[in-house]
Amino acid sequence: MTAELSIPTQGPAEDDIVHNPRRWQDYFTFSTDHKVIGIQYFVTGFIFYIIGGLLAEGIRTELATPDPDLVDPATYNSMFTMHGTIMIFLWIVPAGTGAFANYLLPLMIGARDMAFPKLNAVAFWIIPPTGLLLMASFFLGPAQAGWTSYPPLSLLTGKVGEGIWIMSLLLLGTSSILGGINFFTTILKMRIPSMSMMQMPLFCWAMLATSLLMLIATPVLTGALILLSFDLIAGTAFFNPAGGGEPVVYQHMFWFYSHPAVYIMVLPFFGVISEVIPVHCRKPIFGYGAIAYSSMVISFLGLIVWAHHMFTSGTPPWLRMFFMITTMVIAVPTGIKIFGWLATMWGGKINLNTPMLFAMGFISTFVIGGITGVMLAAVPFDIHVHDTYFVVAHLHYVLFGGSVFGIYTGIYHWFPKVTGRHINDTWGKIHFALTYIGFNVTFLPMHILGLQGMPRRVAMYAPEFQGLNQVCTYGSYVLAISTVPFLVNAIWCAYKGDKAGSNPWNALTLEWQTTSPPQIENFEVLPVLTTGPYDYGDTAEVEEPAKVFTTSG
Amino acid sequence: MQGSISDKTQINIETATHDSHHEHPDFRIFGLIVFLVAEGMIFLGLFIAYMAFRAMAPEWPPAGTPKLDLLLPGVNTVVLIASSLVIHQADAAIKKNDVKGLQLWFGITALMGIVFLGGQLYEYSHLEFGLRTNLFASTFYVLTGFHGLHVTVGVLLILSVLWRSLKSEHYGTNNHFGVEAAEIYWHFVDVIWIILFILLYLI
Repeated sequence: MTAELSIPTQGPAEDDIVHNPRRWQDYFTFSTDHKVIGIQYFVTGFIFYIIGGLLAEGIRTELATPDPDLVDPATYNSMFTMHGTIMIFLWIVPAGTGAFANYLLPLMIGARDMAFPKLNAVAFWIIPPTGLLLMASFFLGPAQAGWTSYPPLSLLTGKVGEGIWIMSLLLLGTSSILGGINFFTTILKMRIPSMSMMQMPLFCWAMLATSLLMLIATPVLTGALILLSFDLIAGTAFFNPAGGGEPVVYQHMFWFYSHPAVYIMVLPFFGVISEVIPVHCRKPIFGYGAIAYSSMVISFLGLIVWAHHMFTSGTPPWLRMFFMITTMVIAVPTGIKIFGWLATMWGGKINLNTPMLFAMGFISTFVIGGITGVMLAAVPFDIHVHDTYFVVAHLHYVLFGGSVFGIYTGIYHWFPKVTGRHINDTWGKIHFALTYIGFNVTFLPMHILGLQGMPRRVAMYAPEFQGLNQVCTYGSYVLAISTVPFLVNAIWCAYKGDKAGSNPWNALTLEWQTTSPPQIENFEVLPVLTTGPYDYGDTAEVEEPAKVFTTSG
Repeated sequence: MQGSISDKTQINIETATHDSHHEHPDFRIFGLIVFLVAEGMIFLGLFIAYMAFRAMAPEWPPAGTPKLDLLLPGVNTVVLIASSLVIHQADAAIKKNDVKGLQLWFGITALMGIVFLGGQLYEYSHLEFGLRTNLFASTFYVLTGFHGLHVTVGVLLILSVLWRSLKSEHYGTNNHFGVEAAEIYWHFVDVIWIILFILLYLI
């Protein structure tokens, strides 16, 4: 990467450019603009996040006492089923891959749009009707078999809700596959000529790895759901032991998708964190190649670990050993990334603003989720805590502490780019503090509850667990309230915030080298790289280099 | 779009000559192949599920399942493989700007596809087991049916290319994405059938 640097401080002068800002109506159209689609994905996802969050508050309120006094157990089953399904398939996957990747990829690689803009719009417009379809099942008796929908349980509890659930997931999977085709093609084929693979921002590497998983793993879920729907509707017995079928085959197919889905939900945010930390620490990223390749390694390993979800499903011992080892090995590339981020922060001029706080929050909570992940990979431990609250704690540390913190990191970082205005940093910090405290109060005690043997997915529990459960419940209220300052701040500042200019963070990646919000088709003329994406501290114009280099060796 | 860029901004003279509404190169074939990889993963998942069912069953096909007759599906297989060679002639023709040739070969391919589908329906109607008879019967119908759905889509693609080729100069030496896409898809359907045939009928 060359050291010559002249881009960062001047994007095109704001007033020189005549561009039509988007009107609100544009966001309700079949727009093929990747920036419109990105925002459509995010706002749609956030609405479902609120719905899923309200369900979670219902679940926590029910669990404040050991008895099923708020809702009956069947309703409770539906609530956690819908909570999981909504959060995963309608919030985190669309927000990570749909919103961030759509908005940022073309800007970061100097393209005017995605490779297949119409396909992109189709992939988005599958989501709102499907979400409504899934919501409709609330009125028809929603699915009760958990987001994993294991047969034979899923074949016994309410045909209509389960049928809607299968249909929704088939559609959302299709949307995800179409998105994957777009990301994969765009990253490989649409970069400006001066950008080689090794000059791509790390978010693009993360999305390349994510899109591979979307393309390879999602179709297998489609296959499983096709067979499950035949069992449910046509009365076949693929997964029904009563008719000679084999439920374990469903579990294999389901987890062949759903474990990689964990990486589909977190790799984009590994990318986000890799973008945010160098900018706010004013230091080159530590170990660009290592972070880039570790995404690809995670993607590959992510495909061969699925049966660690099935240690209690009669998996033969030699197979357990294989999956235990591959699962533990996946901590290595993940650890490489975390060390890369910490080494980037080390000795940097850390600006403790909201995006940086969320990024640090991400790292701290994800490390805890990662460590409990390695614990769960160990067969004897997993068998001990399988289906207890320890697993619930683990998965929320990676999916909330990881993905949702990653989403907020990205939102605060790119807010000035997307809206052209600053988001209020003080309210951002209040949001962070409430989220971080609320999150840890909600989910940290669940580790202990799990180790003590409290089972998940049950509306009732033994009275001795009540104390910690109440702590979790109060924490979840803090977490719910934390969304309010964010929403008010974001909506207010999107219209009334201070003008941000093209490049408020003095960042080097290409999305900052155009107007804020980026003009239609992104760049007046296609940019050419004169600097690597993270060459901070290389010029006196931006930094005092001495300070940076004393610690970089 | 008018307006000027601050002259301090780095501008590559070569890229600057593109106007902002330029077309990027055509990645549709690349995208189609990526899509077919994903589509192939659905089949791969179903194939492996079939093999798992088979491996876990004490007897396969389960006792009492009537033997499958090989003659009709054998003929069907020959027809489908041959159609892959036929459709390739269409591709060769359009590359020489021969629209009549394209129409001829695509017409024959579509017919062969319809013959295949007819054969499959005939086989379905004469089988002595139904969808719910046993696990083998269920996998048989779902796998061949899902493939048959793909053949149907392929035939529709071919027919829509034929329809479009009636418009003069819609396809030519340098403009035949539709032809190529239909051909690639048809080869894909063919390859899937060969695996399916071996799995269900031969082993």
